[in-house]
Parts: sequence; structure tokens; C-alpha cells
Amino acid sequence: MKTDQQHDFYEKLEAKGVSRRDFIKYCTVLTATMGLPYSCVSKVAEQIEQAASKPRPAVVWLHFGECTGCSEAFLRTPDVGAIILETISVEYHETIMAASGHQAEKNLHDAVEKYKGQFVCIVEGAIATNYNGAYGKVGNRTFLAIAQDIVPKAAAVISIGTCAAYGGVASAKPNPGGYKGVGDALGIKPINIPGCPPNPLNLLGVIVKYLSKEPIELDSIGRPMFAYGESVHDNCPRLKFYDEGKFVTEFGSKEAELGYCLYQLGCKGPQTYNNCPTAKFNDGTSFPIQAGHPCIGCSEPDFWDTMTPFYEES
Amino acid sequence: MGKRIMIDPITRIEGHLRIEVEVENGKVKDAWSSGQMFRGIEIMLKGRDPRDAHHFVQRSCGVCTYIHALSSVRAVEDACKIEIPENARIIRNLLHGAQYQHDHIVHFYHLHALDWVDIVSALSADPVKTAKLSANTSGRRETAEYFKEVQTKLKTFVNSGQLGPFNNAYWGHPAYQLPAEANLMAASHYLEAIKLQAKAARMHAIFGGKNPHPQSLVVGGVTSVGDLTPERIDEFAAIWKETKAFVDEIYIPDLLAVASFYKNWGAIGGNNTTYLCYGDFPQAGINDNLLMPAGVLLGDLNPKPVDTLKITEDVTRGWYEKGGAKHPYDGETKPIQGEVTYNTDAQYSWMKAPRYDGKSAEVGPLARVLVAYTSGQKDVKALVDHVLKTLGVGKEALFSTLGRTAARGIETVVVGNAMGGWIEKLKSNIAAGNKKTYQPWTMPDKGRGFGLNDVPRGALGHWIEIDGGKIKNYQYVVPSTWNLGPSDGKNQKGPVENSLIGTPIADPEKPLEVLRTVHSYDPCIACAVHVTDLHNHSTYKVSVI
Repeated sequence: MKTDQQHDFYEKLEAKGVSRRDFIKYCTVLTATMGLPYSCVSKVAEQIEQAASKPRPAVVWLHFGECTGCSEAFLRTPDVGAIILETISVEYHETIMAASGHQAEKNLHDAVEKYKGQFVCIVEGAIATNYNGAYGKVGNRTFLAIAQDIVPKAAAVISIGTCAAYGGVASAKPNPGGYKGVGDALGIKPINIPGCPPNPLNLLGVIVKYLSKEPIELDSIGRPMFAYGESVHDNCPRLKFYDEGKFVTEFGSKEAELGYCLYQLGCKGPQTYNNCPTAKFNDGTSFPIQAGHPCIGCSEPDFWDTMTPFYEES
Repeated sequence: MGKRIMIDPITRIEGHLRIEVEVENGKVKDAWSSGQMFRGIEIMLKGRDPRDAHHFVQRSCGVCTYIHALSSVRAVEDACKIEIPENARIIRNLLHGAQYQHDHIVHFYHLHALDWVDIVSALSADPVKTAKLSANTSGRRETAEYFKEVQTKLKTFVNSGQLGPFNNAYWGHPAYQLPAEANLMAASHYLEAIKLQAKAARMHAIFGGKNPHPQSLVVGGVTSVGDLTPERIDEFAAIWKETKAFVDEIYIPDLLAVASFYKNWGAIGGNNTTYLCYGDFPQAGINDNLLMPAGVLLGDLNPKPVDTLKITEDVTRGWYEKGGAKHPYDGETKPIQGEVTYNTDAQYSWMKAPRYDGKSAEVGPLARVLVAYTSGQKDVKALVDHVLKTLGVGKEALFSTLGRTAARGIETVVVGNAMGGWIEKLKSNIAAGNKKTYQPWTMPDKGRGFGLNDVPRGALGHWIEIDGGKIKNYQYVVPSTWNLGPSDGKNQKGPVENSLIGTPIADPEKPLEVLRTVHSYDPCIACAVHVTDLHNHSTYKVSVI
């Protein structure tokens, strides 16, 4: 017997052309991403149903020194996953919001006041710190000043992407703007969801856990263990070739066509912690190693300096 | 002295942009465009491995993803004299074509539409009449029930009090001219397009591993040889078909339907005389038989060949130390090291001012379509004539905000159609046993080269100098810098600044009309901001953030 709440939820789903079966299938993918056993699928589905019936928690999404790739990745969430996104209310997001200029500024101010101590602050991009933050501004305020004002008023802080987590490309040597990740720039410990871009499934996993008030276990550099607990190498579909000593030594070779291991072309899978081989990108379509390209280590701090040159064995 | 209006942040773009206009007697009298962020990627490239450059520069932008990587590998291949195999050229074209489809759809619906479509007005539309409107205009049969459902969804959203992205916009502004039913139809397709774009991006993931920031390009070719199976190509083709159907049946009809209510915008937002495009989609050799031809229009409609030596960048009004206008190979950039002051009478942007033969030039869909039309590109010519005839406007209407937005739709169709042929060619090569996707090569000690392409936002060029097998110098001149760059030493304004002059402003508190023209250029500011060497003795130069 379905509860009223479930009834409403599935009616809403059907209105979107999403069947209960599609939804459960997606929950299965998400459950696996969250590192939970198959037996938890119904629990995850239930958590989403419950979240959908409650007032939506407010999200303020700030853009600093970034390329908007993380927002774009988030927008690639397939149709079914969008149901989960509807359990939150994005009150401020410069890439998608209709208002501009001082109306936009007012939205930010109002959201922060209205949901003070309750909203989730998602930060995309690194923060310029040289010359009092002179190299990055919105509405005539530096990224640094905005972050110092808004972030402490949030209930939780998520750094989305390697730039917000650890500085990313903006902080690659010689780092002209003195860019830093949010944690470093503000002296706080956010939940870091690195990757260039990060997999949107990892953000959804965090959202579901957050909404159901479950603890989110983090590694020593702030990454959720469910997504970043194992190396790319550990789960690589080409691992057997590594073990057998079968390597690609030149792109376009017979060995490349046979899908051998890319380690000798500089693959950084062994040093990189992320769930790319299992979660994959764009609704499970692929990930770089599947496309024949070595991993460049994009979810590790300072990978632009520590993992380069990318095409040399490390 | 008119009233000054500052819009910062400009939203629904990539990056951090400020626009200021002076309004007098209900019209824009003067305008200033300012980039507000600076990272400095090309300075980071100095001394690094040239093979790594495309990964760095791709991070210029995650909206116009892929395109900088493509320019970069082309520049290194030019410097190292590498000719990539045919399959690599086709796969690169397919990835680039997919970017055009995705980017232009997202721009029209999610970045630009809300300048023309009043979401609140859609709430009062009659779903039955909307279905009739759709039957007359759209290529898809959409029922009154469908529109009723969308309307209910919007109402629930509004009644929840959590308007999210739609909060506090210029709804009800007198410049919104669509009837409620057209607003509802467009709002419905805004939602459809969100779903479609997530699917369309999978084309990049199939041959590129992921999107944004696909990762299958390398200097010498592409790596996704394992994906060259009939099944994988069919998967790509199926998404291409679905995307193309959306473009033909929804996007173009919506564009024409919306434009028919805004014909007055065929006389607003032009004002440029120079149009530049490098052309793209080589269908033979390295850069031959371009689908979209290269050319420059210098105040007339006779396209001339592009001479890249005529490209310079001026830093007079940017936050840099003074210096003359220089070619990317010879330029010198010395950004101010310290706090910077925004002053429209002096320096006011992190962007430089690119010039062609000393003139500011518009780049992007309008430039490409004008050059293609005047060069006699048949597909473009047929579509332009069709659009003008359908709207009942003359060719002069192309030189406007409306023309720019229409040009974007026109080239989406032309590129989308061409992709079908490339898919077939790839299939037949594979069937014939030709899977060559990479040309082996060795790094020279020294080399110099450039890679040009024409990307969704316009003409893009990367210049590289290699010494000792490492990057000695790397610079890029980017579409949004051409379009949104500031004034120069001769007080010539940039294209967006020019275009804003004369724009009518109904309500200075709500400058909706300014957004229309700015968004018609599809600004990408993270790409556009140049930075460079903070060490004054270096000869480093141009480029992007």
C-alpha cells in the first residue's frame, strides 16, 4: 500500500515522463556511487521521496575564479536525476538566473538573510588572494570579501570542483592571482567534491546524504569517502593488462586499439582517487581512460603541477 | 550628461562581466564593457611541455568546452609540422559540431530566451490557444494538455514562494512583446531543452570520454580508437539525429515565432562595420574545403582573405602598463600588480582590445553567416533568404541583435546537417578497415605555429613558440575579447559597446534592452580576459585567463 506521500511523488514523476522503474534504476546507480550495497536502493529511493515532500532547502551557488565547467557538469544530470535536483531550491546561481545587476545582488542578499544558518553554500572556483583579492570581483566586491561575508552564514559548505576545493588551474604555478581553494582561503573545512569537472553523481550523493541527515565520511583532504575512497587504478577496466604487463607505448598503435594499459603513456590513475571507472560521466557513457586517454589526476590537489608533464610515466 | 546605469553581475553568461551605459532621452548614449576576473593561464604554460597545453587552455571555459583544446593541438601540430589522419579530422569535426549544437541550443533557451520571454505572463496563457499556436509554428504536435501541465508546474513553482532562478527578474517589463501563449510555448521548450542538452552532451562523451572537458585529443590525432565500432558510431548518430530533430522542429520554429514579435530589434544592436571569421570544419587536408568559409568584411559586402599578421592587441584601456598595439607574436603584457581602479575615462577592464588592421571587429555567428552568405555558401544563403522571407524583413535586418540571434540558429542547422555526412564517412572508413586516428611525430627543438578555428562564439586563435622542446611563449586571442573588449588608444569602442549605443531604454531601473544585445553576443568572460607575465623582464604576451 503506497502512502499519500509516495502517491504524490510518483504522480509527479509520471508527469515528467519518468516511470517508477526508471527512477528505481537511477537510484540503483546512485546507491552504487554512494558506496552502499544493493540492499540500500529502496532506502535511498525512500530518502529522495521524503526529501521531495518537504520544503526545499535553499542553495546559494557562488562563482569565483572558475570556468563554469562544474555548473555545466551539474546541468548534465540526466532527466531522472533532475528529480533530486528539484528537492533543493537554487536561490542564487549566476549562470542560470534570470535577474542581473542589482536585482541579482538583491536576490543573494535576501536569500542569505532569509535562510541564514540554514542554507547550503556551494562554491565553484578558486578565490584570488593577492593584492587584497584584486584579480576577481562581482558587483564591485572581491571574491574574497564575498566569501568572507556569505560562507560563514551557511549551514554547510560544499566546494564543487578542484578549483574551489584546492585552487585548481587558477593556482597552477606561478599562480599570478594568488588563487586558493575555499578551505585554504577562509580557514574552514568544507566538503570537497573535486574533479575537473567533478561527476555530478558525487554531488547528488552528498545532497541525498545531507537531506537525510546522514553523516558524510570524509578523507583527510575533505573528500567524501564513498566517491573518493579508491583509486582510479583500483577499478580500472584496463587493470588486467597492467597486471599482465601489456602496455600502450604509442597512441594509435595496435596496443592502443586492443585497449592495453595506458600507464607508460603517463596515466595517473594509480595516484588519483575518484570513482570515474565505476560512476562514469554523462549518464554512464564513458570516462577518459575508456576513450583511450590517460588519466591526468584531475581530482588531486595541485595536479597541474604535480602530475605534469601528463604524458610522461611518473 | 545622461544617467549612468551599471549592471554587475551580468548573469546568464560565462564569467564575470560588468556593463555600464549612459542613458539620455530614453536611449543609450555611451557604453563600457568590463571583464572582472583574471587568472593567467598562458603565463602558467611557459616552460611546460607543449603536449600538455591543450589540457590547461581547455580550462579557460567549461561552457565553450573543447574549443580551446582544439585550437591548441592545431597550434602545436602547425609548429611541429604534423598532418593528422582523416579519421582524426572527422572525429574532431564531429566533436566540434556537437559543441555547436549543444552550445547554441543552451544559449538560445537558457541564456538568452528570458530576455524575450516573460515567464510570469505564461501563467495567464490559454493552453488551447497555445496548442493552436504550436500547431501553426512548431514542427511537433503538442496538445493543450501538454501546455496545461507545464503551466501547472510553473504555477506550483510560483506558489511555493521559492522561485529560485526566476526570482526578481524584469517580468512585466513593457519591452516584453510576446502574447501569453507564445510565452507559454517558449517556457515549455525551455524545460524540454534542459533535458535535450544533457543528452546532446553525450556526443562528446562517446568520442571524448566526458563533457564538459572531453579528454581524447592529443597532439597528432585523437585517442578514442576503441570507440570506433559500428555500435558506438550508431549511438553517436542516434543522439545527433535526436538533437537535429529538436533544432529543426523546436529551436528554429521558436526562433522564427519569437522573432516575428520583435522585428523592431532588426534595427537595434548593430553598428559594427568590420566582421571577421577564420572559418572552420575542414573537409579535406589539414584546413581545406571549410564548411564555414574564412573571410573578413571591411565595411562592405566583399569578403577579403584573412591576414593574421593584421591582428593586434591594444592595452590602453585595460589594467596593464602602457604599450603600443602589438601582434600576438610580438606583444608584451604587463598587468598592473596591485589593486585596480575601474574608471571609464581611463582603464576599466581586464580585457585587451583586439583589432584587425587597426579596427574593432565583430566575430561570431553573425560574422560567420555574413561571410558565408557573401562568399556564396549555398546552405547558408538558402537559410538566410528563408529566414528573411519568413519574417518579411530586408537584409539590413541582419546587422542587429535580431540578426545575430537568427544567425546563430542558421548555422546550427548548417553544421548539424553536415555532421550526417561526416558520420557516414567515418563509418565507411572503419568498414574499409581504416582505423588510423593518430600520426606519430617527434618534438622539434624549436618551432613556431598557430591554430585557428571558428568556434560557437567566434574567431579563436592560439599562437605558440617552442624552444628546447618546451613552451617559450603561448598566447591566445579569443572571440569574447574581440566582441567585449574595451576601447583602444584611438578611442574606438569594442563591438558590444558600439552595438549598445542607440538602444532604447524604457526603464533605467530595469535595463532589459541592454541584456538583449549583450546576450546576443553570448559572452564568455573567463575566456576573454587576457593576462600574462607578471615578471616585467619577460617577453611574454597575450592571452586568456
